[in-house]
Amino acid sequence: MIDWLGPEEWQAVRLSLKVSATAVAASLPLGLLCALALAKGRFPGRQLLNGLVHLPLILPPVVTGYLLLIAFSRQGPLGSLLEPLGVSFAFRWTGAALAAAIMAFPLMVRPMRLAFEAVDPGLEAAAATLGASRLRVFATVTLPLALPGVVAGAILAFAKAMGEFGATITFVSNIPGETRTIPTAIYAFLQMPGGEGAALRLVAVSIALAMGALLASEWLSRRIARRVAA
Amino acid sequence: MIAIHVKKRLGAFDLDAEFEALPGVTALFGRSGSGKTSVINAVAGLLRPDAGRIEIDGAVLYDRAARVDVPVHRRRVGYVFQDARLFPHMSVEKNLAYGGRHDRDRVIAMLGLEGLLERRPAALSGGERQRVAIGRALMSDPRILLMDEPLSALDAARKAEILPWLERLRDEAGLPILYVSHAASEVARLATTVVVMEAGRVLRAGAVAEVLSDPAAVGMIGAQEAGAVVRARIAGLDRIDGLTELALSGGRIVLPGRLGGIGTHLRLRISAQDVILAREKPQGLSALNILPAEVTALDEGPEGVAVGLLCGSDRLLARVTRRSARALRLEPGQGVWAIVKASAVAPDDVGGAV
Repeated sequence: MIDWLGPEEWQAVRLSLKVSATAVAASLPLGLLCALALAKGRFPGRQLLNGLVHLPLILPPVVTGYLLLIAFSRQGPLGSLLEPLGVSFAFRWTGAALAAAIMAFPLMVRPMRLAFEAVDPGLEAAAATLGASRLRVFATVTLPLALPGVVAGAILAFAKAMGEFGATITFVSNIPGETRTIPTAIYAFLQMPGGEGAALRLVAVSIALAMGALLASEWLSRRIARRVAA
Repeated sequence: MIAIHVKKRLGAFDLDAEFEALPGVTALFGRSGSGKTSVINAVAGLLRPDAGRIEIDGAVLYDRAARVDVPVHRRRVGYVFQDARLFPHMSVEKNLAYGGRHDRDRVIAMLGLEGLLERRPAALSGGERQRVAIGRALMSDPRILLMDEPLSALDAARKAEILPWLERLRDEAGLPILYVSHAASEVARLATTVVVMEAGRVLRAGAVAEVLSDPAAVGMIGAQEAGAVVRARIAGLDRIDGLTELALSGGRIVLPGRLGGIGTHLRLRISAQDVILAREKPQGLSALNILPAEVTALDEGPEGVAVGLLCGSDRLLARVTRRSARALRLEPGQGVWAIVKASAVAPDDVGGAV
């Protein structure tokens, strides 16, 4: 595979995997929390939260990317706050991960929310009468029963992060080795004379990774569903 | 000692129930929608009352005036739900241990769960599921057991399988039990105290023998369901004819089947519609059970007249038509003969001793 892909292409594949994995891992706790709040919570501002979570799905990606650029540039309101702490997103691979995480967030939350809604509140009440605190009820009853949906959300988010283009290129540009992920690399190769070969190879890799993720998610959720239901 | 007062407004439904109960099984009895389940949900902390006070054996779980509201998971109530609510992703063993391992071996032995431990809830029958649910509640070391129609989802055969377990629980575990039911036969068989509820109010509360034999309570319980509970001792067995002779305080009656060993004490429900009254001692009758009794009270309802009887020290209940009541000139203090049809006492109505 290394021989088959040129070093630049290989670099883009590795970077895409790193960016997507980081995006999913870092946004998973917040995603779970949002899904749980939307599924079980009754609080003022619930509709606002719902809208906020879904916004990246509806906004043009370039708008999301531009907003991130404004917020996280060195002089931006959040960028200037984080600068002294040594945390920087602008034109870094971490920025690509942030953009991917935000764009993938609605796809992550939705299946998780549906899975939490499907857990019988009666089972949670039963666990509470048996002495389980809210946290223990969540860890031992709610989460295990919702696990197929949680896994589906995480894999969907990973696939979306692998394909994120608009917000990424707007926010962190297209720097080889730092922010050039598979989609932006394909775009760059297509701008170059004689780059079609490299672009096509990356297209093949994209298709293989997407299919792999899909099959893995199917297999995993079927396995978990069997374990939970049987 | 259990003292419960729960006030709660749920839409158009207004719950305001207050009662006290002695140790043993307290049956909350009434039609669906009378507020029975809301009361035990309030005891469990699953329903927050608008006002009231809930005290179980000295522990105050809720007191609006004193601003006490113990969270569900610290109340130590064992709740057996109508639909068992076992965790589907855990084995029976894990389900049992979820709330603790109190008295594990004894609970497993008492409920006969040894052979089920490795199984998943999906592989259990309805009756097995309820037994596991009861075991799970007991192993959490509760201060009270709450049971919400634990038998209503089961067919007659499964009910007959579970009832003896519940009787053992009552007699061996020494734990107060609040038992929601709309079946008079279950109440008669298990309860020490009965609380009759209707439309969110307590109509009547008292000892089971007293409430179920009170003619005035027939209207609340339902004419078909009404019947007194008596204690009996097995005095003899007729192996040839397959009969059991029972000694009541006021005489002897004979029932079909072998109900236990000689000397065993039983609790017997005698349905009001299976008791026939006569002024003279009947002769040449196929029914074997003729008991002398005294009329203690009469209550006229839309479906007939409920007659309270004292037979020895036992209270019985009979139901007759208005015309019969006139013809027999029934009035309190009058002596009559009560005829109990031998086949009328269903096996379901015969319970272990109290």
